[in-house]
Amino acid sequence: MTHSEHSRVLDTLCPMHLVVSKSGDILHVGPTLRKLRPEDRYTNTLFFDHFAVNRPKMIHSIEDIHWHSGMTMHLSFRQDPSSTFKAVLVPIGEAAEIFVINLSFGIAIQESVRRFGLTNADFAATDMAIEMLYLIEAKSLAMSASHRLNLKLQIAKIAAEEQAFTDTLTGLKNRRAIDHVLARLVESNQGFAVMQIDLDFFKNVNDTLGHAAGDHVLQAAARIMVKETRVEDTVARVGGDEFTLILPDLLDARDLRAVGERLINQLERPILFHGRQCRISASIGTVWIRPDKNLVAEDILSSADAALYHSKNTGRARQTVLEDTGFNQP
Amino acid sequence: MHGLINRSIQNFISDNFSLAVWRQVARRVGMDFEEFEPMLTYENRLTSDVIDAMTYVLGRPKSELLEDLGSYLVSHPSQEGVRRLLRFGGVGFEDFLHSLDELHDRAKLAVPNLYLPTMELDQVERGHFTLVCRGSLPGFGNVMTGILRVIADDYGALVLLDNSCISEGCEKICIKLVDRDFAQGRGFELGALVS
Repeated sequence: MTHSEHSRVLDTLCPMHLVVSKSGDILHVGPTLRKLRPEDRYTNTLFFDHFAVNRPKMIHSIEDIHWHSGMTMHLSFRQDPSSTFKAVLVPIGEAAEIFVINLSFGIAIQESVRRFGLTNADFAATDMAIEMLYLIEAKSLAMSASHRLNLKLQIAKIAAEEQAFTDTLTGLKNRRAIDHVLARLVESNQGFAVMQIDLDFFKNVNDTLGHAAGDHVLQAAARIMVKETRVEDTVARVGGDEFTLILPDLLDARDLRAVGERLINQLERPILFHGRQCRISASIGTVWIRPDKNLVAEDILSSADAALYHSKNTGRARQTVLEDTGFNQP
Repeated sequence: MHGLINRSIQNFISDNFSLAVWRQVARRVGMDFEEFEPMLTYENRLTSDVIDAMTYVLGRPKSELLEDLGSYLVSHPSQEGVRRLLRFGGVGFEDFLHSLDELHDRAKLAVPNLYLPTMELDQVERGHFTLVCRGSLPGFGNVMTGILRVIADDYGALVLLDNSCISEGCEKICIKLVDRDFAQGRGFELGALVS
């Protein structure tokens, strides 16, 4: 093949190739590479006038490059507009008089195509560049559609959680459930009791044995509360170690006190966690609402809170029962 | 059916007509949700139900509406992504026609569970082609006719399309390329940023 035939073949198959002499003179430039430097800036210039070899390091001459024949090199344009390239060099002739260096954009394909305004015709018909660009674009569209869906689902999940009535750690009801039940009871003018329970020494368990132990204790406490109450009672965890119980249809304040006592006794029994004993107790504040009292839910809860603080302030591990008016300690 | 297809039909109805028309269609189908999610999959039946309801609500022939749907997919500004992905297929209109054979695979590469109908292009004589569409989307031939009409303009080519041979089960479109450089056409920047 003649020199011009060589060039014609290479221009079609590798439109981003260069032919360089042993002394580094640029002899021929493929059409796409020419397009990147429109004003024919390659004529009578040297390879190293245009390109820097970034990897492998320490390449400054054609001999250095020659030594790396067949290996992947990373080049970049020395002048703006800049671009990075992957490249490979093949020596031609027995004495390696000339070199063919073929370039591609590598990972910089999308940005380079944009920067230099390239079209399908600038790539060899067999080049995967167009498929690559198609894939990037198609995948980005699919990804942003998925992203939008995820966002929507996340918002829906948060909304569902907000509407849920369950405390996920203990399986008890939560504060929202309490508000719901309380509102219904207040409206129906039934008699009922609200019991606020704070676990005593719980912080100590958390601090000395860790959060896993703390969670275990909360779950055990929840089981005790469920066991010591009736099916029609509502047991809820309303804060870290705060619980609220609603007990409808109680006929006697003595029953109420008995429930409180049983709860404190049961909760004071050591709870085992990985062989370690966790010891807690409980302070309880209770209000007993007789039928037809026409109270407001908020007032009932704050009265129960006041009773609870009284238990806490008078030494913990005890209950205070408020029967409509005034404190009434057992 | 893939949500992308259902959502395209929904967008066509609400963009080309109105949101009220879409709501009417959705109500008629008995959908218990407001809109299709492009990344979820729906029962196949739902797609043809929506098309039937659209035909009923708008009171126009189904084939005509499906052809409009095709045109919408490649010309409406909100669907620019679709036009661009199709234009990746070829430099010229003829090139593009030949790329349709692999559209099914291309779509699957982008969204693995998206199954477009398979298409087969035959060259009857120079500049005269037939495109046969096969798959689970009845009426796809009409949609494809709409797409081809717009894409030909997009490439600046003058074509004659005949889909009179479309019948249930075999959807064949005859394409006559009169002049491939009839007009300037719309640009296609390979590296354009699409939102």
